[in-house]
Amino acid sequence: MKYFTFAAGLFTASMTLAQTPILTIYAPDYFASEWGPGPAIEAAFEESCSCDLQFKTGDVLSRIILEGERTEADAVIGLNTDITKKARETGLFASHGQDNAQLTLPIEWSDEIFLPFNYGHTAFIYNTEKVANPPASFEALVNSGTDLSLVIQDPRSSISGLALVLWVKAVYGEQAEAVWQKLAPKILTVTKGWSESYGLFSDGEADMVLSYTTSPAYHIVAENDLTKKAAIFPEGHYFMVELAAKIASTDVPDLADAFLAFIMTDQFQNIIPEGNWSLPAALPKSQWPQAFQDLPLPEKVLFYSEEEAANLRKETIEEWRRALSK
Amino acid sequence: MAPRFVQISTGALICSFVLLPLWAVWRQADGPTSLGPADWSALRFTILQAALSALLSTLSAVPLARALARAQFWGRAAVIRLMGAPFILPVIVAILGLIAVFGQNGWLNAGLRSLGFDGFSIYGLQGVLLAHVFFNLPLATRMILLGWATIPQERLRLGQSLDLRGFARFRLIEFPMLMTVLPSAAAVIFVICLSSFTVALALGGGPKSTTLELAIYQAFRFDFDFAKAALLGLVQLGLSASAAVFALGFVWGHQLGIGLDRPIALGRHSTLQKYLDGVVIGVALLFLGLPLLLVLGNGLASVTSLPAAVWMAALRSVLIALGATALCMLLSLSLLNRSGEAIATLGITVSPLVLGTGLFLIARPYVNPFEISLWVTLCVNAVMSLPFAVRILRPEMSQVDANFRWLSASLGLSRLGWLRWVVWPRLRRPLGFAAGLTAALSMGDLGVIALFGDAERATLPLKLYQLMGSYRMEQAAGCASLLLILSFGFFWIFDFLGRRNA
Amino acid sequence: MLDLQNLRIRQGSFQLTASLRGLDAKIYAIMGPSGAGKSTFLAALAGFLPVSSGTVLWNGQNITGLRPAERPMAMLFQDNNLFPHLSAERNVALALTQRRYLSSIQQEQVKAALSRVGLSGFEAHKPGELSGGQQGRVALARVLLQDKPILLLDEPFTALGPALKNEMLDLLQTLAQERQATVLMVTHDPNDALRIADETLLLSDQVLSPPQPTQQVMASPPKALAAYLGLE
Repeated sequence: MKYFTFAAGLFTASMTLAQTPILTIYAPDYFASEWGPGPAIEAAFEESCSCDLQFKTGDVLSRIILEGERTEADAVIGLNTDITKKARETGLFASHGQDNAQLTLPIEWSDEIFLPFNYGHTAFIYNTEKVANPPASFEALVNSGTDLSLVIQDPRSSISGLALVLWVKAVYGEQAEAVWQKLAPKILTVTKGWSESYGLFSDGEADMVLSYTTSPAYHIVAENDLTKKAAIFPEGHYFMVELAAKIASTDVPDLADAFLAFIMTDQFQNIIPEGNWSLPAALPKSQWPQAFQDLPLPEKVLFYSEEEAANLRKETIEEWRRALSK
Repeated sequence: MAPRFVQISTGALICSFVLLPLWAVWRQADGPTSLGPADWSALRFTILQAALSALLSTLSAVPLARALARAQFWGRAAVIRLMGAPFILPVIVAILGLIAVFGQNGWLNAGLRSLGFDGFSIYGLQGVLLAHVFFNLPLATRMILLGWATIPQERLRLGQSLDLRGFARFRLIEFPMLMTVLPSAAAVIFVICLSSFTVALALGGGPKSTTLELAIYQAFRFDFDFAKAALLGLVQLGLSASAAVFALGFVWGHQLGIGLDRPIALGRHSTLQKYLDGVVIGVALLFLGLPLLLVLGNGLASVTSLPAAVWMAALRSVLIALGATALCMLLSLSLLNRSGEAIATLGITVSPLVLGTGLFLIARPYVNPFEISLWVTLCVNAVMSLPFAVRILRPEMSQVDANFRWLSASLGLSRLGWLRWVVWPRLRRPLGFAAGLTAALSMGDLGVIALFGDAERATLPLKLYQLMGSYRMEQAAGCASLLLILSFGFFWIFDFLGRRNA
Repeated sequence: MLDLQNLRIRQGSFQLTASLRGLDAKIYAIMGPSGAGKSTFLAALAGFLPVSSGTVLWNGQNITGLRPAERPMAMLFQDNNLFPHLSAERNVALALTQRRYLSSIQQEQVKAALSRVGLSGFEAHKPGELSGGQQGRVALARVLLQDKPILLLDEPFTALGPALKNEMLDLLQTLAQERQATVLMVTHDPNDALRIADETLLLSDQVLSPPQPTQQVMASPPKALAAYLGLE
């Protein structure tokens, strides 16, 4: 009798398991690791969806493009506008169906396919104990002589590096190459990705690192360290937004929609600041954690649309390369 | 050694494993392509840094090898054995270590500045060369040491009886030996440095130091230009293959073995020379050891506080390393002849990015790549260590063959008998060394996990990157230390097992 | 009885012919100028090198195409007669079996063979721990156990001093006579031949001439041999 109940229980359980739909979301490494927001988001979503949310990590866009229609992804999270043109061209994405008006971004957002879930700005981070007089503006940085050493990322291998060259372009336009030539002697080295740069900065190798306005928040919240600050420039900072989208050929469209809707909820948005160390895209500032509310943020936000970014990319990278190769 | 059929099929297997992905990537291309100015610049720089690295590594290995060959000191055997080591380090770990010593905030600069000198910047071509020499000096030294062991006793005694010293001794004894070893060593190091990526990018200082591998990376990840990636991959393959052919063209020498236990009697050398030898060895040990110690020191405290996920990843990496080692040893035993070595060398000539993407493309229609990611990593690790394993095993195998083939034939030893009584006992030592090398290389390799990766199936190097990508630098340092300990541990254990009672 | 019918051996530019009949139960020495191909001949006879044409017959049976272990021959080379990483016991035991495990009968046989060559108690020693003479004896012990009717020796005791060499040659003679073995021994020292070889064959000018009683050959050597021995 006991055996029968046990077997029945096992059977039911496996049936349930077999029937639990799986929502596969492609996400970047940092998002879905234990230290990113992934696990918290997964737990929160699974509570209400009676499904199994699975993050698959790796390079999101490459995989989608390589896999084409046969992709097993139902949704993706972690794209950014500087590369979404290519993504859009694949025609693989469906509209997100959410209300853009609910977004709390500093810019207008009207895209129906890609849904922002968090944002930040590029900024140079410095250590107050090492740099007593940080540059007060971009112009000051450019003209600061060789006292300051910078470490940046390569725009050809890093999203943040790409954002940097676009930032310079946005501020200086035609003069971008000349500005890079002035910056070149200050640049200690160029790394492949953000992690290496930040590692070098943490080790005290360079005075300033190209990172995000939200980076100091990590040190403040997790390490109780108030020495890292972002240099805020009146010329403006480049706006970086991270996006999610639904795959048109998904086999669980309802789940995908539910997830996108979930993104807009407070529950999701509250996970973002201390999960992804970024600013939530659909949460008013008053609801942010205190540390984030106190963060110095730029007044002026610069932004290239996806089309402009795509068009400018080759040119800005080439200017950068020429200036730094002298 | 192995039957013809096995040799040929193994060779074919390796060839297809390496070349098919290249073809798969090419097939994905949607149009003709050519190399732009940035690509030519990358090609020039790649060749330049690889050539200089090879030159510097081999030249600085000459005095070090000579010193180690004839010096007698406590711990000599251990030092020579550890000469295999820096080579096996995960690249990112080594870079962290080098920066800790040579970087702006590093010891060297701190010392220089306190003495009133200007600092020295590691970032630039000099940093790339420094890192490459760090990785490859031990390898070159070991190769030259083996060369020393091949000099016939008679010639050494002749030199002693003629009381050759100084330049005459160099010209008559050392130089001929170097001529048989150096070109081969330089060519191998050249090939290794050709596919350098992280080093050039982290320490190169800027886009001047762009390598082919970065160009391939860019073509894949940012431009999605498969044609360009395939073309660059082909160029790299061509370059490496030519260098490898050149390397193979030089004879190793017969009487090889890992018998480096006894110092070589080179005749009298003055106290001054003994002193200089000591200095050379000391400087080398400092150069090679300090970065490692710093990495270890930085992270050791954090190792115990690493989360369970990291330990799981470590376990996964260990299992993959064991599997890759077994596979590599099996494959290399079938490739122990000239053409076999040529095929084995394909392992380091191909760009890991091209390999990974190609395999992904090939596998995609049939199976979910995620499911097989760890297996693919295992296979790729095995293939990439193959050139080294074959290089280590081949001389010993030829010697065994030359010495005992007839005896075994006259005793009528079966294949099993040959393996059990002759091959295994004689090959145990080099097998131990080769296995240790393979296991360690596999531990630290990020591999193709980038495309196949999965949060739930992460390996240890991937976890390291993840930690670094989430601001957790201290834990990342702990992870780096763990990686270091495991890599070295593997190397030491296998080497020890091979030497025990050998 | 060993017969060689029009045996022709070619190695690159080198060649040699041999036609011999009725070699049996004696010790034959093979001598000749250096480079004449004595070792090559022996190797071909043993089956390590291919013959271009001709046949080798043993007791009427054609053994030309057989592998070395399949022939009724045991061979002692100039060196590498023992596996340096195996003990004397193991080296000798390989004549009987390739298995790891020796039955008690086999162990006894090995002991007896070692004892016959005067090496009782040396079973556990590795070649490196033995002197040159002792190594030679271990090899002989193994050859004993191989129990083949033909023994081929390629200057096997060259590295030993005169007294030791003579000792080994005497031992060889005793063992060969005990077993009525046919022994073919390549040597460069006429004293070796005089000491134990019943007959001597001369290899020169690419031809192996038929065996002649040793005393005769040494007393009035053919021209080539005389030149080689310095007896002009």
